[in-house]
Amino acid sequence: MSFQDLVFYFFATVLVISALGVITSRNPVYSALLLVLSFVTCAGLWLLLEAEFLAITLVLVYVGAVMVLFLFVVMMLDINLDRLREGFWKWFPFGALLALILVTQMAMVLMGGEFGLNEMPRPPAQAADYSNTKALGLLIYTEYVYAFELAAVILLVAMVAAIALTLRHRADKRSPNPAKQVAVNREDRIRIVPMASEKKD
Amino acid sequence: MVYIQQLFEQFFGTEWGPMLFVLTKDLTLIVAIVVPLLLGVAYLTFAERKIIAYMQIRVGPNRVTFFGIPWLRGWGQPIADAVKAMMKEIVVPSGANKFLFILAPILTIAPALAAWAVVPFSPDVVLADINAGLLYILAMTSMGIYGVIIAGWASNSKYAFLGAMRSAAQVVSYELAMGFALVCVLMMSASLNLGDIVNGQQGGSLLNWYFIPLFPMFLVYFISGVAETNRAPFDVAEGESEIVAGFHVDYSGMAFTVFFLAEYANMILVATLTSLLFLGGWLPPIDVAPFNMIPGFIWLLLKIAFMLFFFLWFRATFPRYRYDQIMRLGWKVFIPLTLVWIFLLGAIMQLPLSIRNMYPLNLWF
Repeated sequence: MSFQDLVFYFFATVLVISALGVITSRNPVYSALLLVLSFVTCAGLWLLLEAEFLAITLVLVYVGAVMVLFLFVVMMLDINLDRLREGFWKWFPFGALLALILVTQMAMVLMGGEFGLNEMPRPPAQAADYSNTKALGLLIYTEYVYAFELAAVILLVAMVAAIALTLRHRADKRSPNPAKQVAVNREDRIRIVPMASEKKD
Repeated sequence: MVYIQQLFEQFFGTEWGPMLFVLTKDLTLIVAIVVPLLLGVAYLTFAERKIIAYMQIRVGPNRVTFFGIPWLRGWGQPIADAVKAMMKEIVVPSGANKFLFILAPILTIAPALAAWAVVPFSPDVVLADINAGLLYILAMTSMGIYGVIIAGWASNSKYAFLGAMRSAAQVVSYELAMGFALVCVLMMSASLNLGDIVNGQQGGSLLNWYFIPLFPMFLVYFISGVAETNRAPFDVAEGESEIVAGFHVDYSGMAFTVFFLAEYANMILVATLTSLLFLGGWLPPIDVAPFNMIPGFIWLLLKIAFMLFFFLWFRATFPRYRYDQIMRLGWKVFIPLTLVWIFLLGAIMQLPLSIRNMYPLNLWF
């Protein structure tokens, strides 16, 4: 067993345990935090696969931004476990189907020899000065530029839709205008009145 | 160095020897970075108290000294503070989630220290010379927020929770502006490696540094950095006058000190990054005889100290921003500004070579 294997098994163990914890933990905050842990260990695994750009982006986007907002929401929720369990049997067939698909996929990976995994050779290890980031950037902006732009537009539409759905114009609302407040001058607000000092009796 | 590596290989075999050698070497280098950093943090608190004191026409700490030497009065203050903090009890509130309560300060300090792995101090002095260095730093600094959120939630206190919520919203907003400002630097240098970014600013004098063509981005980055570290005037997460001390109300002793250390370590990190990305890192301001004889590390330290002074100056000068003003500045001022600048920069980079070779564009492009 080499050093790299040791690192792999460490990350893999932590990933499996934390991913199990996400679905078994009763406290939703713990679930969210364990999900963060599994993202970080997953990034570690990707680093071992020489995908450093994707690994760091995973940490930057999912851990640094998405999960922060998730945690933000989860911490403010008043979770009632009984209400959460209500729809369990109604949704059970759907969940079971998903689980079945997952198990099949896992089986296909684990028994890769039977499904012709050997025909796909292992990619050769890259030199130390090979830039993953540059390679990805070249692909995204040349070969896959339409797919990339399409994804960007879909995200933009989703963003605009989310804002449009929650934006309400209320007539009775009063809101300050910070731009105006910041631009205020001293002369507009105060008046200095010259006064002779009082005489001491 | 080769001799030590051979020693390791003889001792642990050819397979494990090199690995363990790298591990030992890296651990030694990590200690060599973290110990001066923590000392720097300790004396930054001293500098802060002294500088703000002089700005407010006070004296500041002037009692604790080493071995009774009179002209060192005050210089022992950070050491005395550290010893005091270590002696104090860590009180865990009865309703708090004990595990997360202890975990929170650790989660704050760990990314603050981990980010230093890719920071170059001189042309060849860097712990991990990776291609995606800047991205790594962004990822690490964005993880620092977890400590604050978890601390706020685990304390089981409304004030702490409010502080955590404010901090989370603020940091996530300013990260965007910060990221866009960095995109401009990347466009100029065409590299994510911090060492290459500094080398891209080489060229004789301070006119070549990126703070001139990217001046608005320089301001946006630095102000966002102040907001990310929750320093005044963006310290609504602490907000003594409204929510007592924000997310660390319930922390005491060493647990509180670790938050404190992380905040100052982050300040030094932002100052270092500003110096590296915009102020030419270890490059001397003018590449002539007396200046380029000073080692680059000294220049970097001077630039870091210069940027750190602004942090302290801001704190002594500005009143705290109101929450909606913070959000407005981040979303409605900084992000449009950075987008316009990215567009402008892209346009200039597409100009024909003959125009880009004209003065002053040839200094940077």
